[in-house]
Formats: sequence, structure tokens, C-alpha cells
Amino acid sequence: MINTAFVAARKTPWEVIFPNLLLLIVSLTAFAAIVYLVFLLASRVNVRTQEWLKYAVFLAPAVLLLLIGLVYPTLRTLVMSFMNADSTEFVGLDNYVWSFTIPEILIVLRNTAIWVLVVPILSTLLGLAIAYLTDRMKRPGIVKSLIFLPMAISFVGAGVIWKFMYQFQPNLDKPDIGLFSAVTKALGLTAPNWLLEAPMNTLLLILVMIWIQTGFCMVVISAAMKNVPDEVVEAAMLDGAGNWKRFLRVTIPMIRSTVIVVLTTTAIGTLKVFDIVRTMTGGNFETNVIANEMYSQSFRQMNYGQGSALAVILLLCVLPIIAYNIRQLRRERTER
Amino acid sequence: MSFKTKRVLAATASAVVATLFLAGCAPASDNSSANCDNYADYKGFEGTEVEVYTTIIAPEADLFVESFADFERCTGITVNWNGTQEFEAQIAVRVEGGTAPDLAIFPQPGLLAKFADSLVPASAKLSESVDANYSPDWKNYGTVDGTFFAAPLGANVKSFVWYNPKVFKDNNYSIPTTWQELLDLSDKIAADGQIQPWCAGFGSGEATGWVGTDWMEDIMLRTADAETYDAWVTHGIPFNDPAVATAIAEAGKILKNPDYVGDVASIATTTFQDGGAGIVDGTCAMHRQASFIGGILAADHGAVIVDPSNTEEANGISVFYFPGADANNKPALGGGEFVAAFSDRGEVAALQHYLTTPMWNNNKAKLGGWFSANKGLDEANVADPVNKVAVQILKNATTFRFDGSDVMPAAVGAGTFWKEMTAWVAEDKSDKAVLDAIEKSWPKN
Repeated sequence: MINTAFVAARKTPWEVIFPNLLLLIVSLTAFAAIVYLVFLLASRVNVRTQEWLKYAVFLAPAVLLLLIGLVYPTLRTLVMSFMNADSTEFVGLDNYVWSFTIPEILIVLRNTAIWVLVVPILSTLLGLAIAYLTDRMKRPGIVKSLIFLPMAISFVGAGVIWKFMYQFQPNLDKPDIGLFSAVTKALGLTAPNWLLEAPMNTLLLILVMIWIQTGFCMVVISAAMKNVPDEVVEAAMLDGAGNWKRFLRVTIPMIRSTVIVVLTTTAIGTLKVFDIVRTMTGGNFETNVIANEMYSQSFRQMNYGQGSALAVILLLCVLPIIAYNIRQLRRERTER
Repeated sequence: MSFKTKRVLAATASAVVATLFLAGCAPASDNSSANCDNYADYKGFEGTEVEVYTTIIAPEADLFVESFADFERCTGITVNWNGTQEFEAQIAVRVEGGTAPDLAIFPQPGLLAKFADSLVPASAKLSESVDANYSPDWKNYGTVDGTFFAAPLGANVKSFVWYNPKVFKDNNYSIPTTWQELLDLSDKIAADGQIQPWCAGFGSGEATGWVGTDWMEDIMLRTADAETYDAWVTHGIPFNDPAVATAIAEAGKILKNPDYVGDVASIATTTFQDGGAGIVDGTCAMHRQASFIGGILAADHGAVIVDPSNTEEANGISVFYFPGADANNKPALGGGEFVAAFSDRGEVAALQHYLTTPMWNNNKAKLGGWFSANKGLDEANVADPVNKVAVQILKNATTFRFDGSDVMPAAVGAGTFWKEMTAWVAEDKSDKAVLDAIEKSWPKN
């Protein structure tokens, strides 16, 4: 750094500018020439080829970027998952066998399953309930903003905050700074070491994710509810349907596709969860999940084979959800 | 880089050095400025420069630059101190790019070994000086496949037990000198029932558990000999070897004993920074941790680092040696840096040799906050009470070994070893299950 600064200082400004200017002119000319050539060639070909070319020109950048940024890394990960730790030898299915036989990794898979079942269902149900309740409030703004607020906090930030909530003080003479412990003690019970005791600790981590995610579910579902035509609701009312029945038989079916989108996006987000676990327990105490283990295998322990195998497993878990999501969107589009 | 640029750089560098020299050494110059006789060996390289590439950056780097003032003035060699936090990544780039530094200070022997092909083997003179001033263990860490390359520089020590001298005096506890005495003392403190004998904290975010690996290594050096320790670290013996099982069982006598540590499981959720808080306020008696914890306890918990003889200071903390199996067994666990040369020039060899002399080691230690394993280093020149104990430990050490988890493959040393030690306390996982799981994770190739 310093060396180049000295070099620059020794030269006159023109000496620095000239080569760069020259380079700029040359490259601009080259660019213009290529564009001209492309147009020239395009005008010469027949109409059918022109049509085909049109698509190719517009699609090429997107396809190229997809190839570089998505397809290539995916294939590379797939290949690496069949190779050893430093990707120098093929080891067949060893990494997958490892993933499904080592007890620690089985716990990882079990936890990921718990996360992906509990988080989307609970946060969507909560979001649905809150959306329905606030829908009939005079001024739902304050309540909605309060519930939506955690959405603005990063997962790491939320992890740090909740770590304080779950703080455990082993020494009885010292004051408690954890809210959970303090409340438990005030009720005359002994506080457990919250983040240590499995399987409770996984559920406590899940609570953090639900705290963040409920706001999102609520906002999206609430917007969908606003779109339910009043005529339909009124018709149901005239037919004698009560509150509960109207909610179950009219509102829910009408916002069904939105609920599914909310469920699936939350599920995908949950499969990726990494920050909460990493900041709060570091994956210890049987709280580890795939994304965290994948990261520490690949980038902490330099075990690219096993890390990639976990990445592939994660990808396989996400794929059906994405496929379902896309199919759902498509069907909706054809219905309209 | 043009010739002109080099001149400018050299001028700037010497101006910086000169300023530092004037600023830092001016008052002390009366006794040092006159005498250049000690530097006669390094004469004949006037006007040359040596680049030192290192992880050591400001503010520590300033003290190094200051310590070279006499050398530079007397020999005419300019030392260009080039410290960067990116050393580990950049050194490979520079060596492969053909712009290797003259001297590089390697923070771990493992990294040094990777560059053996590009390094200049040590001269007979340097080898002689290292033989005279350091223990064979230290020389061995600078040796790759039988060729000695790198001379030791600074050192750090992990085999410390932190305690509160006032608490020890008030309760009539004496400092244990053997492992059995340590356990007896722990029993006594537990029986008195006033203070918890030990406190510990393994928590360190994603690195949770490293404190446990340090415990294991320190005890492994005590229950087994140095050769077994080396074999353990390099997987010459399996991780679930009976020798390792003995070590973890000994560690368990303290760490998994509720009479000593209170709630065992909460060790895993107590951060290492808070782990030692109890010795400051006198709620626990002993805490095993490396030297750096002193600064943390001082900043976070109002501790005052005192000399072991100071038994008056209420918040005073100090250290004693984590005792060996018996009085004749005094191993030390720690780390250090090693200076290796990439260029074969007279002035480079001169500086490399100078750094191994008791003269420089004493000068450097006098500037504070630093010590080495040099046998010629006078304890009186080490002001910090903890470093003083560290120098004594290094001098008395029968063996010296590097932190083993840094040498093990990352899959173990930064992976399962941490995780399993955490599970060992948090989930009360058995010794055998812990060792078996780590053994299973050792990379096969």
C-alpha cells in the first residue's frame, strides 16, 4: 500500500492519467466495435434465427450469472460431498454414511426436523390469530408494530438479547440477571440452567425464531384478510354463520394460498437457521442444527467433504418445499 | 519498486526509528549510548536493512523497535519492523511470489514447518547460541525434519493457577507443590466449607470448550511423559489410549467434582471471562487459566494483579505453578514465537543471532510486558508479577510443550475436542464416550 502511494507521488499527474486514459479509449472503441459487429451479424441472418437470437441475447446475462452463482457452486458442492476432507480423493458415500451414523450428527438432523416442524406451524398460527384479532380492532397500528418490531432485529442480535433472558446464575448468593430465572425464583421454584438442558434448550431457541418470525406472518396474513371481499362475509352472515364458522369456512379458504406461502417461506428460513444457534449455544448441549454444523465442518474444521455432504442434505430438504411453493404459485396464476 | 522509492522508504523508516529512539530512550541513553563493544560481532554491515515480518503489531511492536535502538546505532543495520494481523495468510503469498521477508516471526511451529523448503538453515553460530540459551524442547520446535531453522523469541505460559493471596493467607492455605498436595488442599478447602475450592468457565461462543482442552493438555503432561504427549498430539497413539484416559480421569477429579466446583454442568455455560471472577471476590479459591485472564479480571471485576508475597490487597490476584505429579516432574504448557530467515545475508544472520542473546532478551524484558524462555533472562528485569512467575516456571520446567489442540488437525483441535469437553461437563458424558467420539473424528489419511 505505502509503496504504491510513494510511486504515485513521484510521478507527475499526467504520467498517471495518460496510460489510464489510453486504456479507457481503447476499451471503449473495442466495446463499440463488438456491439457494431453483433448488430451487423444480426441484420444478416434470417427472420427465424433473429427471433431465436432475440431470446438468447436477453437471456444470456441471467443464465450466465445463474451458472456462475448458483449452478456451478451447487455442482461443485455435490462433487465435494463425495470427496475427502481436503477434496483430493473420492471417498464414495463415506460422508453420507457419516452423516447418518454418527450420534452427534443424528442429533443435528433430529433438531433440524424439530425446528422445521415447530417454527412454521407455530409462527403461522400465532400470526393468523393476531391478524384475525387485530383485524377487528379500531387502532391495530400499535399492536401490529410491536409484534412486527422483532423482525427488524438481526438473528445474531436477537440471540444475544435472548441469551440474557435465559441467563443462569449458578451461585445462589449472586444476583440473577436472567428474566426467566428471576421469574422462576420469584415463584418459589428452582431455576434450571435454561440453555443447558436438552430438549428444553432447543425449544427455547425455537422461541427466539418464533418471536422474530410471527410479525412477518401476521403482516402478510393480515394483508390477505383485508382482501377478502365484504360481500362474501356478509352473505355468510345472512346465511346465519357465526364468527367461528365464518373464520373457518370463509376467511381461511380465501386466504389459503397466502397461508401456504407464509408456511413454506418460514420453513425454508428455518432450515437455514444458523445465527441463533451459533450465538446462543454454539451448537453445544444437543442444540446443533444442520446449517451450523455445515459451517463448522467446512470452515472451522476444514472438513470440506463432510460440510458439503451436510449442505447437499440441506438442499434436498429445501427442494420439495420450494417445488411445492412454485407449483402453488403457478396454479394460482392460472386460476386468475 | 524503483530505486528512488526504496531510498524514500529507507529514509522514512530510519526517521521513524530515530524519532522513537530519541523519544523512548533519551533519558536512559547515558549508560547505553557509549558502549558499542558488545556489538563487535555484528560489525561490517553498515547501511544495510533487514525486514522483519510478524504478527506482532502496535503497541507491542513499538517496544520491539525500541529494543533494537542500540543494535541499529552500533551496527548501522536498519531493522524494518513489518507487523500485520494477516501474517498467516500473507506469508504464503509473499514466499510464493518471490518477495519473502528477510526474517519472519512464526507464532506456531506448524506454520514454520510448511516453509522449510524456502528457509535458510541456521548457521553453526546461531545453533550454538540457542543451545547455550534455551532448553532442547525450544530448539526442537524450531527444527523441521532434523534441520534447525528458527530461533525462539518470546514465550507464554498456560500452566498457571490463579488465586487470591490474601484469601490464602487468611485461611492458612499454603501453595501446593505436587498434584497430590493440590487435591489435598482442594479437599481441605471443601471441608472448611467457606469457599468453593475451584471455579471454571468453558464458555466462549462457537469456541466453547477450549478451556477444557487446556486442562486436558496440562494434565496429560503430568500423568504421562513428554513422548506420550507428542504421540497423543500427532495421533501416534489413539485418542482413547489408556494414557489419555488417565489424564481425563485426573481432570475429572477436579472439574467433575461438585464438592470442588459446585454445579458441574454450569461450567459449560459460564464464559471463560467470568470463570475466574470468583477468585477476585473470594467466593472460590483457585482458577486454572493462562496469563491473559489477569487483564480481563482486572478490567471486568476490579482485580489487582499482585506479587504472590502481597497478602494485604483484598482484590489482589496472583498465580502459582499448576503443580506436576511430583517435585521432580515440572512440565510447562504454553507457546512462543520463532524467528526464521528467508534470506542468506550477513546482516540478517546478525539480527537473528542478536535476538537469541541474553543481552537483547534482558533489554527487551526491561521495557515491560514481555518475557522469553532465554536462560540468560534475569527475573529482576521482568516487572510484571505474573510474568515473573512465568519465567520461573520456564526456568524450572523439566519439559516444555506447545498447546496440543493448536497442533492437532482442525477437525479435532478446533472441533470435536472442544465439543466433547463441553459435553463432558454439560451432559456428564463419560470419559470413555468422550475419548471414543474424539478418536472417531480424527481425520484418516
